[in-house]
Amino acid sequence: MIGTQRSTAHFMAYALLSAAAFSVLFPLALMLVNSVRTNFEILSSPLGLPEAPNFAIYSQVWSEARLGRALLNSCLVAAGTVVIVCAVATPAAWVIARRRVSGWLVISLYFLATTTVPVQMFIFPLYFLFAKLGLINNHFALMFVYAAIYTPFSLFLLRTYIVSIPIELEEAARIDGAGMFQIFARVIFPLTSPGLLTVALIVSLNTWNEFLIAITFLQTDEAATATARFYQLSGRYGNDWPQMMAIATLIAAPTIVFFVLLQHRFIDGISAGAVKS
Amino acid sequence: MAKSDGNADVPAQAYMPSDEYRFAWLFVVPALLLSLSVVAFPVGATILLSLTDWSGLGSPRFVGLSNFAALFAEPRFWTAAGNNLIYTTTFVTVPMIIALVAAALLMLIKIGRTFYQVVFFLPVTIATIILAQVWRGMIYSPVTGIVAWLQGLGLNVGNPLADPSTALFGVMLVDIWHWWGYLTVIYFAAFRQVDVSLIEAAFVDGASYSAAFRYILLPMIRPTIFFMILMTVIWSFRVFDWIYILTEGGPGFSSEVLGTIAYKTAFQQMSVGRASAYSLVMSMLGMLAIGIYLRVQYKAEKQA
Repeated sequence: MIGTQRSTAHFMAYALLSAAAFSVLFPLALMLVNSVRTNFEILSSPLGLPEAPNFAIYSQVWSEARLGRALLNSCLVAAGTVVIVCAVATPAAWVIARRRVSGWLVISLYFLATTTVPVQMFIFPLYFLFAKLGLINNHFALMFVYAAIYTPFSLFLLRTYIVSIPIELEEAARIDGAGMFQIFARVIFPLTSPGLLTVALIVSLNTWNEFLIAITFLQTDEAATATARFYQLSGRYGNDWPQMMAIATLIAAPTIVFFVLLQHRFIDGISAGAVKS
Repeated sequence: MAKSDGNADVPAQAYMPSDEYRFAWLFVVPALLLSLSVVAFPVGATILLSLTDWSGLGSPRFVGLSNFAALFAEPRFWTAAGNNLIYTTTFVTVPMIIALVAAALLMLIKIGRTFYQVVFFLPVTIATIILAQVWRGMIYSPVTGIVAWLQGLGLNVGNPLADPSTALFGVMLVDIWHWWGYLTVIYFAAFRQVDVSLIEAAFVDGASYSAAFRYILLPMIRPTIFFMILMTVIWSFRVFDWIYILTEGGPGFSSEVLGTIAYKTAFQQMSVGRASAYSLVMSMLGMLAIGIYLRVQYKAEKQA
């Protein structure tokens, strides 16, 4: 009795999960398949398979849309943002986790509050200030904006890693004559590295995919990150769907590969921050 | 004052002479400065600008609360606020239920858990602009999309984004499609921390799958569910990308939300003062939504 209930339940579970997986993958498959079809083929049958797959479109859009430059910009901005976030969030997370500054609670609450503020609440003055200072299309300025936005989340994630480092290790280092900066550099920083890796993954992914701030602060072809470039091209290429889908595939590919290779770290990192007990 | 050295009741941290850590504040200064300069000060500037008629050029002129009065008189504002409400209530229910069911189904199977999780999570790792354009061109388009294919089969379907009565739902469908897998991964991680022996015992006592889900799994992960609902209220209230890319708030202003109006008012109409007022109202309504949710949760916790 229980046995049959179990196997029916198993079967139902696989059927439903597979249906869900299909519904997730279907639009992405359309992107991939239609990138190597012609506009005419898509128009005559939106669901068909390619008659003669046009793989040349990838090299064509790569040079025509100047994607190399855009992807490089995305890499630079993501890497720069990760470096700034790790550099400012780790020391702050340490002294907050160990309550070594008297205002640790107020500071924590302040950072928590900033995570609820919509971007529209600070982007207008920032834009006009940057325009005045000639910082529009400047990648470093953009990195600072991103870093400020992703710092609170990173700080709270790193805090959980630091709390689990035994305080005795710091004590021992101190007795051996290490000062505060040495304790941080020699003890805390190395022991937080798994947390830093998780922060680096999530921050670089968010930066790579970010839209609103990128299209506001990067307005030229040369400066645009991949997402901003794709937005510019959406207006220009309009309805040339094979080209659009080929560009979309090229921009999505790095994050997909990155995620699939490191899925354990992503999934653990994301659940670690959200699972409460 | 007596030295605390040697007192076993004092926690380890108190052993350290505070002198050693007199530079501790230096460690938070960079993070604070960064956040203050990019977030806090501009937020202050936005609040001040909401009382002016600034256009982004020249010097701002103080106009009191007239931006707010003008905004509340606009029908577009009420449509947008209503759409924000629909968006948020949909997101705290529909994807939550899909994700809880999917996570429970993952608990039932042994082989393929990682595969399904990776697939469900995949859209979250792809940029919104890409997913939105794929849906716009390859699914919703009555010329090149699945809608065209369905029309070819003789079905009476149209582009949901082109119809004012369905545009918002067309956008929400894409957002839910991309989002539910994220919640599933989190809920599944929470479910896995539930003591398996509890579930096994229930099955031995003859409990059905739905009873085990309802009376064991769900109550055990309540804190995680509450936290994710809170985050969803915060995130869904600021929806921008999906609407800006898929409909730009149209047709007419049928799918407009506060986030898109604020942005367009600042950068397309160059009314920065008015846009700031929009942003401020958006933030306050967002905080109100958070407050209401926390109150409801608090009451539910007290009853439980």
